Amino acid sequence: MEKTISSEKYQGPSFFFQLRKWAGEAVPVLILIFWSVIALFPIYLILVNAFKERKAIFRLPFAIPSGETFSLVGFETVSARSHFGTYFTNSIVVTVMALVLTLLFGTMASFALAQYKFKGSTLISLVFSIGIMIPIRLATVGILRLMVNLRLTNTLWALIIVYIAQSLPMTIFILSSFMRQVPQELIQAARVDGASEYHIYWLILPLIRPALGAIGIFTMIPIWNDLWWPLILAPSIDTATVTLGSQQFLGQYMTDWNAILASMTMSIVPILIFYLIFSKQMIKSITSGALKS
Amino acid sequence: MTGYQKKQKPFPWHIVFFLAPALIVYVVVMVMPLLDSLSLSFFTENPANAKENIFVGLSNYKYLFTDYYYAPIFWGALKHNIVFFLIHMFVQNPIGLLLAAILSKGGKLRTFFRTVLFIPTILSFVLVAFVWKLILSPIWGVSKTILGLFSMEGLFQPWLGLESTALITCSLISVWQYIGTPMILFYTALIGIPDELLEAAKVDGANPWLIFWKIKFPLIIPTVGLVSMMTFVGNFNAFDLIYTLQGALAGPNLSTDIMGTLFYRTFFGQQQQMPNQTLGATIATMQFLIILVGVVIYMVWQKRTTVYEY
Repeated sequence: MEKTISSEKYQGPSFFFQLRKWAGEAVPVLILIFWSVIALFPIYLILVNAFKERKAIFRLPFAIPSGETFSLVGFETVSARSHFGTYFTNSIVVTVMALVLTLLFGTMASFALAQYKFKGSTLISLVFSIGIMIPIRLATVGILRLMVNLRLTNTLWALIIVYIAQSLPMTIFILSSFMRQVPQELIQAARVDGASEYHIYWLILPLIRPALGAIGIFTMIPIWNDLWWPLILAPSIDTATVTLGSQQFLGQYMTDWNAILASMTMSIVPILIFYLIFSKQMIKSITSGALKS
Repeated sequence: MTGYQKKQKPFPWHIVFFLAPALIVYVVVMVMPLLDSLSLSFFTENPANAKENIFVGLSNYKYLFTDYYYAPIFWGALKHNIVFFLIHMFVQNPIGLLLAAILSKGGKLRTFFRTVLFIPTILSFVLVAFVWKLILSPIWGVSKTILGLFSMEGLFQPWLGLESTALITCSLISVWQYIGTPMILFYTALIGIPDELLEAAKVDGANPWLIFWKIKFPLIIPTVGLVSMMTFVGNFNAFDLIYTLQGALAGPNLSTDIMGTLFYRTFFGQQQQMPNQTLGATIATMQFLIILVGVVIYMVWQKRTTVYEY
């Protein structure tokens, strides 16, 4: 009898210690689960209801579509009434062109800024670094006037040029630090071998490939998702991007629940797939310091 | 040493070649239009000839600050924008920090959560706005059902449609979307802290709470500053979410109007309001000045803060 009491006494603090330890492990995970539900639930609702018939959307909004409630009528409406094909092509053209040219111009400029000492290099770096913090949107009035004068409104070029200007400061800032890390002996050796400066630039490019990948992903997402510039510079049906196109479509068909849910699904899925493929690299590139000064 | 002589250096054309494309695009499309916008705020359109502008000094600013009809709208938008910013600052960033602190412990499970928690941040404003519009819609009644699970359906209101709650609702939707950015930046900073710095405290038996606030948090202060600056710049430049949720009129009754939507309405005109380029430029200049103040404060602060190198 005494023994059990003493052993109970002995277990008392140990039990609470265990409980505290267990809580210390469980509470953080519960917080993560809780926020994950908040983060994913809205997306789940959209994806699930896009494949249901109208009545089921309202009657059973949380259920996954069953044989009875399954319907693709929303997707039929979207493909018949909107120009999603055009929007997708526009978004892809704009994003890819802006990305390629940003990387080309960005690597060239950062190569020059990192490798050569010349008058005005500090000033140029400074001017570019201001653009990291001051958003280009503040220049909207001037940019629209410029594009009107150049007769570029309602063309994809207007968007491409603005996105290049928008992405360059950060790109140059990050790439410059990478360019400085390239071993000087390598460059000197190439010069001794008689390589031209242009050739040296070309030789360096493969060395900074990891940085290019990270910058590419982080440049792409804001361009793909942007509403402001398509709305202001190229709002016509022929030049609308997916983001602008779906915004207009959703506004027009607000009462056709099947259609809006379907069109939202069509916008979510590509970016979601892209993210799930590249998320590891994306987060690795931030955490490895590729995007830190 | 026959071939060794000092040559006159030729003009470095290659530097020009490398710098020209980036510099031309950047100057022509960003620097000059920005200066153009700023200077346009000192002009007004000539009523006789729309293509000509007349210099009017600060009268656009005077109009914006004191006009009987317009000033209240401007001050209202500024006030809403400050509220919008404060909600991000004190809801989004602390939750981001909390999630980052939990994630930074590492492990397979946490890597999975890291991927999941960042998903809303990659979606476009347009999608986020419509997703929430549907969820909060009284017609669908989804939020009512969810509240019903906790027997709180009585609390349901059309939050986006009420003047008193619309701005907070919009801000929280934006927080939902943007939480990933502070989270990932704090996470990066936290996992960058070397273990040696924490080991001594662990040996002394300090609890995790104490270790976080006494050791980790002071070490990531530079990131706290960076996140605050980014939140400030992003919020005073915001537009898309409010425009998609509430339209350019930032309803109900302008209760969600912020600087971005006010600029858009003024510049492009809306319903009875005529487009006014120069007044639009004046609002953009105000946004520029506010953001500039934020950036300068950040840079001065950053210079004074000790950054620990490890």
